[in-house]
This record gives sequence, C-alpha cells and structure tokens, in this order.
Amino acid sequence: MAAVTAVGRAPIGPMLARQTWTEFLKLWRVPAFSATSIALPVMFYAFIGIGQSSQEISAHVTFGTYFLASMAVYSVANVMIFSFGISVATERGMKMDLLMRATPLPPLVYLLSRCITAIAFAALTLAVLFPFAYFAGGVRLDPSVWATLASRVLLGSIPFIALGFAIGYLSGPNSAVAVINLIYLPTAFASGLFFPRQMLPDFIQRISPYLPLHFFGQLGWDAIGAPTSESVTTDWLYLAGYGVLFFAIALWAYRREESRKFS
Amino acid sequence: MTAAAAQLIAATKKYGSVEALKGITIDIQLGQVVAMLGPNGAGKTTSISLLLGLRKPTSGKALLFGLDPTHLAARSRVGVMLQESGVPSMLKVREIVDLFRSYYPKPMTGERAIAMAGLEEKASALVKELSGGQRQRLYFALAVCGDPEVLFLDEPTVGMDVEGRRSFIERIAEFANLGRTVVLTTHYLEEADQLAERVIVIDRGLVIADASPREIKSKVAGKRVRFTATLTDQDLAGLPVTTFTITDHTVQLFTNQPEAVLRELFKQGVEISELEVTGADLEDAFIALTSHQGTA
Repeated sequence: MAAVTAVGRAPIGPMLARQTWTEFLKLWRVPAFSATSIALPVMFYAFIGIGQSSQEISAHVTFGTYFLASMAVYSVANVMIFSFGISVATERGMKMDLLMRATPLPPLVYLLSRCITAIAFAALTLAVLFPFAYFAGGVRLDPSVWATLASRVLLGSIPFIALGFAIGYLSGPNSAVAVINLIYLPTAFASGLFFPRQMLPDFIQRISPYLPLHFFGQLGWDAIGAPTSESVTTDWLYLAGYGVLFFAIALWAYRREESRKFS
Repeated sequence: MTAAAAQLIAATKKYGSVEALKGITIDIQLGQVVAMLGPNGAGKTTSISLLLGLRKPTSGKALLFGLDPTHLAARSRVGVMLQESGVPSMLKVREIVDLFRSYYPKPMTGERAIAMAGLEEKASALVKELSGGQRQRLYFALAVCGDPEVLFLDEPTVGMDVEGRRSFIERIAEFANLGRTVVLTTHYLEEADQLAERVIVIDRGLVIADASPREIKSKVAGKRVRFTATLTDQDLAGLPVTTFTITDHTVQLFTNQPEAVLRELFKQGVEISELEVTGADLEDAFIALTSHQGTA
C-alpha cells in the first residue's frame, strides 16, 4: 500500500483556477446566456428607467436610482439561476456528469468553480449596468452606496444558486430554460422589480411580500436609501431561510439523482 | 507480490430485480492488457462501473489499487473513456485537454496527449466541430492526458468504421507499450485478439473464461467443420463433436477429430457438399463459450 500513498494528487489551487476559467469560457461562449444576461438588464433600464430617471419617487431617491437597484437585483439573481440551472441540466443530459465522476476532480472543487464563475458573471453584469445607469440615467451615488449595493446583491444572490441547482437536477436539458423562465420572470414582476407593486393585481400584491425576490429587492432598494416595508435584518433572515429551503431541495434532488445513477 | 491494479471480489450487482453481475472475481495486475469480452448486456459495462466507483456493488467488493474506487488517490492513477459521455461543445480541444490534465498529479503535456489521439490538426477546434470519430479520439486524449497507470476503455471503438477502428487499436497499443495497464471492454473479438494478453469472457453476469487469447482459442475444439447437408440433430448424436449448429442445410460443428466425424457421416450415407475444415479462431471460441445450448 506504500505505493498508494507515495503517489500524490493534483494540487487543488491550479485545478480550481483551471476549472473556473473553463466554466467561465463555457458560459461566455453561449451567447444565449452571456449576451442576454448582460444586455437584457441594460435594455430594460434603457426602456423603463431612463425616461423618468430624474423623477423623485421618495425623498432624495430618483426613479433612475430606484430602478437601478431593481435591475441590479434582477440581473444578478438571473445569472445565478440560469448559469446553474442550464449547465447542470445540460451536463446531465449529455452524461458529462458520468465522465466527471470518474476523474479525480473533487466534487467540491467543481461546485466551488461554478459558484466563482457565476459570481464573476454577476459582477460582470453589474460592471456594465452601473456605468450605463451613471452615464445614460444620470444616477449619482456616493461611492460607498455603489459598493453597498454591489456587495448586497452579490451576497444576497447565494440562495438563487441553490435554486438554480435544484432546477438543474429536477428538469431535463431541454426544459430547464422554460422552467426557469416560468418561475423567474413572473416572480420578478410580482416582486415589483419592473413595476411598483401597487400597480399589480390585488391577489399578486398579497402573495408578493413573501417571495424571495421581494426580500432580495428590498435589500437593493434599502441600499440606495429608498423606503422598504421591513428592516434589512428581516430581509436577510427571510432570504437566508429561503436559501436553506432551496439548498435542501437541491440536495434532495441531487441525492435522488445519485441513487438513480450511481448506486 | 505486485499490488493488484483493479479487483472485483465476488461482486454482484442488481438493478431492481435484474441481476447484472452474479458474483464476479477479477484480479488485474499492473502492466496487464486485459480485454473484457462478452455479448451486449453481459455485464461488461457494469464491471467497469464498479471498478471506477461509478456504481456500488450490491454485494462483494471493488478495489482500485487496494482502495475504494471513489478514493481520489486511486482515481488519480486512472484514465477513463466511457461509452457515450459528452463533453461541452463550446470548448476547444486544447482547452478541455488542459482542464483534464489539471486533475492529475503528473500529467503528460497537452501536445503529447493530443498527438497520441491523433488530433494535432484539431487542437484549436471547438468540440462541436469534431466528427464522431474525432470526438471519440478526444475522449481518448482525455483518458491518457493524466499519464495514468491504468487506462479503462469501455467499448472504445463502438460506432467506428473498420479503418477508424484499426488506427484506434494502434493508439491503444502504443499506450499499452509504455508498460501501462489497459482494461478494455469490447464485443469485437479481433480487438481482444490484437491487443490483449488476457481475455476475460463475461456472459450473463458471470466470468466464463479468463485466459490468454491462445488458451481461449484452444478451449474450443481445434477444427471448425462446415458443410451443406440434410441432417437432423440425431444424426450427430454420438459423434465426437463439441458443439454444433444446424441452420437450414448448413451445418457447422467443432471437433478435435474432423476425420472421424466425416468418416462416420459418409458411412451413414449423408450427402455432403461445400465441405470446409478450418482451425477455430477466437470468434469461434467465443461463440462456443457463450452458446447456451445444454446449459440448463
């Protein structure tokens, strides 16, 4: 057995770096993902945000700023759900997961590389959205406020990673996009990311305060000084609760797959 | 004593009520080139899956270098080519080879892995631009790029044309000649004959032969006799025949005493035409070993 211990394993650092870079390339080269996740929030901002950008919706908060926070939340959660949901479903579909399982790549490195990639992609969407809002929408904020907004939406997006995973394991490679759109777009509307909630139908207004994107949105709006209905702590707690729930579902779906394919 | 590279010890595997493996014991030593041979559904892929830790045995044990096959230290010494596994279509050949190299402690250079697979001209091509055969060679590059001690190939040439298979076999042989262990499953007998020094014949979840290609061939009667005649099973009863098949009027039988068999048939007045007597090859051995007549 001495021979076994003598032979080492590949160093984790370079492996993680290489895996992360490859995951990034994989996403980047799918325009359906990379172009839409970067361009859509900017387009929405151009269509909805710019026209009434300087209008004050509450004390010292212009609509341009408010909608920037909305779109920051929208775009980051979008990247998390889509990048995970689609790549997990696709790789299951083409049995890539089988080959990866037979390599000495530690599953945690794989998972971590994807999280880093998704966060990098999310940061990239913000790096496009923020300057656009600054120049085209005339949004002026304290540097610390820009930083708070960016860090809150990046941190608050973690539960949506788990949601993306769950969807990736529960839906097929061809249905993942449809499933995500069916879940994500309506809840984004219902949570008031596109229109103020007051404009939505009554029954949706009643569901809306319990949606995960509602709490996520509040974190963004609070960051730029807009009034919100709960305290930031409450928002974080609810979001964390959803994170635990989504993670549990993802884990269940993952284990279900394991017992089917690999037991 | 050399450590076994890969072992199955009384391994069984059930998928629901289907018994894919019924207790298999295999011991593969370092440096061996082993072909696992058997008809479709015999249990070859299941055996490989157990050895790679992709599936767990229902009972018994699977070991890689004496370790649980899911152990990363064991996997770091192994390269794998599976049936119909995909790779991301939007990556370049070079990129994905470099990715897989990063998983292994002492990989070969990317150039060398790509050259061993004969993909030099496609190194900068996206995976989606590759033909089926090129894709199969890419899987081979991914399997060898970690410079593994043991290479597992599950039906590596499936779906290839004759020429593609021939050159692929040469690539596998080239790797084996480095003194590495190669375990491949196949249902092409000539592949086993060309490559392997040891053939394990698996049928219906059991090992039914485990020997060199030459020994396997000698297990069947030395000669194959083929002719056209009007015969029934009864006519051959009592003759020194190992196995036989009668299809319409074509009779094929294996025997160590072709002369005696023919003499007896002539004596019975059987009209024989298109007589052919040849030495049995591995394919004949295989058919003889896996034909289930009289095994009830």
